[in-house]
Amino acid sequence: MTLALDIKDLHKIYRSGTVALSGIDLQVQQGDFFALLGPNGAGKSTTIGIISALVNKSRGQVKVFGFDLDTELEAAKSQLGLVPQEFNFNQFETLLQIVVNQAGYYGVPRAVALQRAEKYLGQLGLWEKRHARARELSGGMKRRLMIARALMHEPRLLILDEPTAGVDIELRRSMWEFLRTINQQGVTIILTTHYLEEAEMLCRNIAIIDKGQIIENTSMKALLSKLGKETFILDLDQLPDSLQLAGFVWRKLDQHSVEVDVEKSAGLNPIFEQLSAQQVKVLSMRNKANRLEELFVNLVEHGRGQTK
Amino acid sequence: MNGRYLIALQSILTKEITRFMRIWVQTLVPPAITMSLYFVIFGSLIGSRIGEMNGFSYMEFIVPGLIMMSVITNSYANVASSFFSAKFQRNVEELLVAPVPNYIIVLGYVGGGMARGILVGLIVTVLSLFFVTISIHNLAIIILTVVLTSMLFALGGLINAVYAKTFDDISIIPTFVLTPLTYLGGVFYSLTLLPGFWQQLAQLNPIVYMVNAFRFGFLGYSDVNLWLALAVVVGFILVLFSYAMYLINKGIGLRS
Repeated sequence: MTLALDIKDLHKIYRSGTVALSGIDLQVQQGDFFALLGPNGAGKSTTIGIISALVNKSRGQVKVFGFDLDTELEAAKSQLGLVPQEFNFNQFETLLQIVVNQAGYYGVPRAVALQRAEKYLGQLGLWEKRHARARELSGGMKRRLMIARALMHEPRLLILDEPTAGVDIELRRSMWEFLRTINQQGVTIILTTHYLEEAEMLCRNIAIIDKGQIIENTSMKALLSKLGKETFILDLDQLPDSLQLAGFVWRKLDQHSVEVDVEKSAGLNPIFEQLSAQQVKVLSMRNKANRLEELFVNLVEHGRGQTK
Repeated sequence: MNGRYLIALQSILTKEITRFMRIWVQTLVPPAITMSLYFVIFGSLIGSRIGEMNGFSYMEFIVPGLIMMSVITNSYANVASSFFSAKFQRNVEELLVAPVPNYIIVLGYVGGGMARGILVGLIVTVLSLFFVTISIHNLAIIILTVVLTSMLFALGGLINAVYAKTFDDISIIPTFVLTPLTYLGGVFYSLTLLPGFWQQLAQLNPIVYMVNAFRFGFLGYSDVNLWLALAVVVGFILVLFSYAMYLINKGIGLRS
């Protein structure tokens, strides 16, 4: 099967001398939902900029569905839809003008573009606003407009650079659902996000980039299995002063909740058994932090020579 | 040009024309008012005291130059402001990520600038009819000159926008270069009125050739050889188009 994205030895040094990428290798399978994560300034946006021909690379090779950016640029661009981090549409144009013009740049005839505009603006809940100026939209609507615009030429690879930044949770969930649906329909998706639960929920494979290098590239499942220890917060009906949790490191948070570090091998049953024996009822339980977030922080800090 | 590119070109043109039509109060009305003032002051009030210029009434003589002046400034300003805004708002990225060849981007923006320049030229022509009866000596020369001139200055506006980093940068060239060259380009006087040295110097001003070729189309009179004038305009177009293509291909001001 052709790779949706094949990056080899990608380097980028800006004129200022800043080394943004130092030899990235990355492969994304066709049909994948792939997370590209990294702290601010790690090189994610530069990588996306190079793939989408907005940034000139210094060295290396990039292929989109087998089309080399150096020799088959137009064919490569045709496969690609980009949802950038910042709003980059003309704020004075209507939604319909924005999406229909964008389709036109890809050679989509106007009649077809109008049909697609109805389809994608409709699916993203923007059809009623099609004659509104883009500047009149809320932040969430603008984000959805960016997605609709990127889909107008029906790309095989969709790159989303923090698509849900600043979007409320309800809308974010509906956007996740939409992205899942188009992925199931065969669109390969690369997602960058700072909401790690978003990446964990949506993506099957993941790469973590830091200081211009890939420090982890594996399946989400394999990565999460590396997490040796998780911290849970338990809300209790009462917290006796004499509470004992043998074999566990735990901390009292307030009169009704504790924080317990749990080694993956130990499991949660012994905690419940001990609490039950002490007549303490567990009302609810949650992870202190997202699992991926913990791993992400560990990996990045480890790469920087720090320990948690 | 294949069908896909044609659709892309059409899309850029539609976008550009829609843009200046949407803000017609800023793009179409001001030149109409300015030129009407020129017609009233230079044509009717002062012109009647000046008398004839090379056998034509002063009003007849300056009308082609004034039309050309509005074509030049508007085709330049349209592309300079539109392309710079697209850079500034980053919506030029819509085009850069799409499989649109760079020459289509250049032609699209230049076409938009030409459309505004020619439309303003038409408006000014219609307004001039209230002040003078226009005779047409050679319609083909009029059309050819206006098309070539608007193309040349639209290209100039594009190059200006590529280099511009702030909104101030797109008004420097029109203020300090275009306006003086236009005023000294034989719009208001015949070059034959100038002393010998200044006549020779004026021949270095490219706008002289455009104004005179255009005037020839109306009056059948030109201070310079018509074919030389057209050759100069075409020569400048080739140079500026090549330079604009070089800038866009290199991604100067567009890609990091």
